[in-house]
Amino acid sequence: MKNKKLNLVLLGLALVAPFALYPVFLMKVLCFALFACAFNLLLGYAGLLSFGHAVFLGTGSYVTGYLMLTYSITPEIGILAGVGASALLGLVYGKLAVKREGIYFAMVTLALAQLAFFFYLQAPFTGGEDGLQGVPRGELFGFIDLNNNLTMYYFVLAVFLFGFLLIQRTIHSPFGQVMKAIRENEPRAISLGYKVNQYKLLAFVLSATLAGLAGSTKALVFQLSSLTDVHWFMSGEVVLMTLLGGMGTLWGPVLGAGTIVSMQNFLASSPLANYIHVVMGVVFILCVLTFRNGMVGELQKLIRKNF
Amino acid sequence: MSQDYILETRNLVKEFKGFTAVDDVNLKVERGTIHALIGPNGAGKTTVFNLLTKFLTPTRGQLLFNGRDITKADSAAIARMGVVRSFQISAVFPHLTVLENVRVALQQKRTDSFAFWRSEKVLDGLNERALELLDSVGLREFSHAKAVDLPYGRKRSLEIATTLALDPELLLLDEPTQGMGHEDVSVVAELIKEVGKERTILMVEHNLNVVADLSDTITVLQRGAILTEGDYQAVSADPRVREAYMGVEADETSPAASKMEAVG
Repeated sequence: MKNKKLNLVLLGLALVAPFALYPVFLMKVLCFALFACAFNLLLGYAGLLSFGHAVFLGTGSYVTGYLMLTYSITPEIGILAGVGASALLGLVYGKLAVKREGIYFAMVTLALAQLAFFFYLQAPFTGGEDGLQGVPRGELFGFIDLNNNLTMYYFVLAVFLFGFLLIQRTIHSPFGQVMKAIRENEPRAISLGYKVNQYKLLAFVLSATLAGLAGSTKALVFQLSSLTDVHWFMSGEVVLMTLLGGMGTLWGPVLGAGTIVSMQNFLASSPLANYIHVVMGVVFILCVLTFRNGMVGELQKLIRKNF
Repeated sequence: MSQDYILETRNLVKEFKGFTAVDDVNLKVERGTIHALIGPNGAGKTTVFNLLTKFLTPTRGQLLFNGRDITKADSAAIARMGVVRSFQISAVFPHLTVLENVRVALQQKRTDSFAFWRSEKVLDGLNERALELLDSVGLREFSHAKAVDLPYGRKRSLEIATTLALDPELLLLDEPTQGMGHEDVSVVAELIKEVGKERTILMVEHNLNVVADLSDTITVLQRGAILTEGDYQAVSADPRVREAYMGVEADETSPAASKMEAVG
C-alpha cells in the first residue's frame, strides 16, 4: 500500500520534472537509469558480473543511429531494430560466457566487448572516431514529432517505465525465483534438477536487450552514436552506478545513475572539470569502503533496524 | 531372493592427476534400504557422491540407475530422474524464505520456470504442498523466516524438506548430522528413519551411532576402494575396519575412531 503511494508520487514527479529541470539532462538520467537497471538484473538478481555491458548499449545505439541516418524509418522501428541487434548479440555472447563462473565470466564478457569495440572502431558504417552525428529523431508512429524536447522526454519516460516494469515483473516471476535460487546457491539449484546455464542465458539476453533499448533511446536523445557508448569506461561506469545505488534493489540503479549523471554534469562546469574521473574514483572507493549495500541498500537496512 | 538394485556402479574409477581417489568401486544399493557409506577421512566418500550425481566426471566405469546407464547424463538430468542429493555443508538458499526454498524445488516439475513475464503469484498453488512438507520436518511455523536466520539443525531439516519436494526415488545424503549438537542429531536421525520407510537412502555419515541405528547395509571405503560390506554387526566385527579407523587416526583420538571402539 505504502509502496503504491510512493510509486504514484514518483511518477507524478517524473511527469512534472521537465518543467523544473532541463529535459535533455532528465532524458540522459533516464537512459542511464534503464541501462543500470538492466545491468542490475544480471548482477543483483542472477549474480553474474558482466564487465562488458557497454557493448549492448553501444550496439543498440549504433544500429538505431545508422538506420535512422540511412533510411527514412520511424523512430520506433529504429529502436526495435537496435534492440533486436542487442538481443542477438546478447544471445551469442551469453552462450559463450555463461559456461564460465565468477572472475572468468567477467573476463570473457570484457574480452568479447573489447572485440566488438575494435570492430566498431574500424567498421565503415560507424564513422570511426567521429561516430554517427546528426541522427534524426524522426516522427514517432509517423506523426508525433520528437524534435520537441518535451515530447521526446515523455517518450523516453514511457520507454524507461516499460523497461523498469518488465524488470520488476521478471524479478517477481517464476523465472525470477529460479534466478534468485541460482544466485543464492548454484550447486543446490543444479541438484534440484535445474539446467542453470539456460536460466543464466535467459537472464543475460534479457539484460542485454534492455541495455540495447537504453542505447537506442540514447542515440535518439543526443542524436549521436559514438565510441563512448561501447568503451570499457562505460562498462565500468554502469558497475559504479549499480553499486553506488545498491545492487539487488529495484530503485538502487535508478538512484545511482541519477547521482552519477548529476555529478558529471555538475563537475563538467566546475573547476574540477579535468578531474572528473579522479572524483568518480574517490566516490567509488568511498562507496566500497563505507556503504557496501549502496544508497538504497543502506536505507533499507536503516529502516529495518529502526522501525 | 532376487536382488533389486536401484543404483549400481561398475568398476568406478576417478583419478586426479595420477592420484586415484576412487579405485574400482562396485557399489550396489538395494531398493528400499538405508545404505551407509563410511570410512576414514580421505577415503573418497564424498568423491563417490560427486561421481554419482555427476558433479565430477568418472575417469572410467559405469553408473546404473534402475538398470539404466546414466554415466553420460548431466547433474540436472540425474536429479530429474529421481536421484537427489544433499551437501556436506548445509545447502539452502539463504536469502529466500523457508517457504520459497521448498517451493523452488516444487517448481522444478512445472513447465513455466522460464516465464519471466508471468507473475510469481502463479506459484501460490504450490504453497499448500510446501507447507505440508515443512510440517513433516517441523518447520511450518518458520515458513516466512529467511533460511539464513534458521539455526544450523533447522537448516538441515529444511534441506531435507527441499529434497523431498522433488519426490526422489533415491536420496543421497552427504553427512546429514555433521556439525550438529546432540539433540539435533537425534531429530535428524529420526527424520531420516521416517523418510527411509518409503524411499531408498544412500548416506555418507561419520556419526557411527547414527549409522548403527539407521542403516541396513554399510559399505566401508578405504583409500578409494571398498574394504568390506555388510550389516553393522558384520562390519564392526571386521578387524580390517577397526584397523582402517585406528591405523589412520590412532594419534588423533578422533571421535569416529573412539566411537567405533565404544560401539564395536
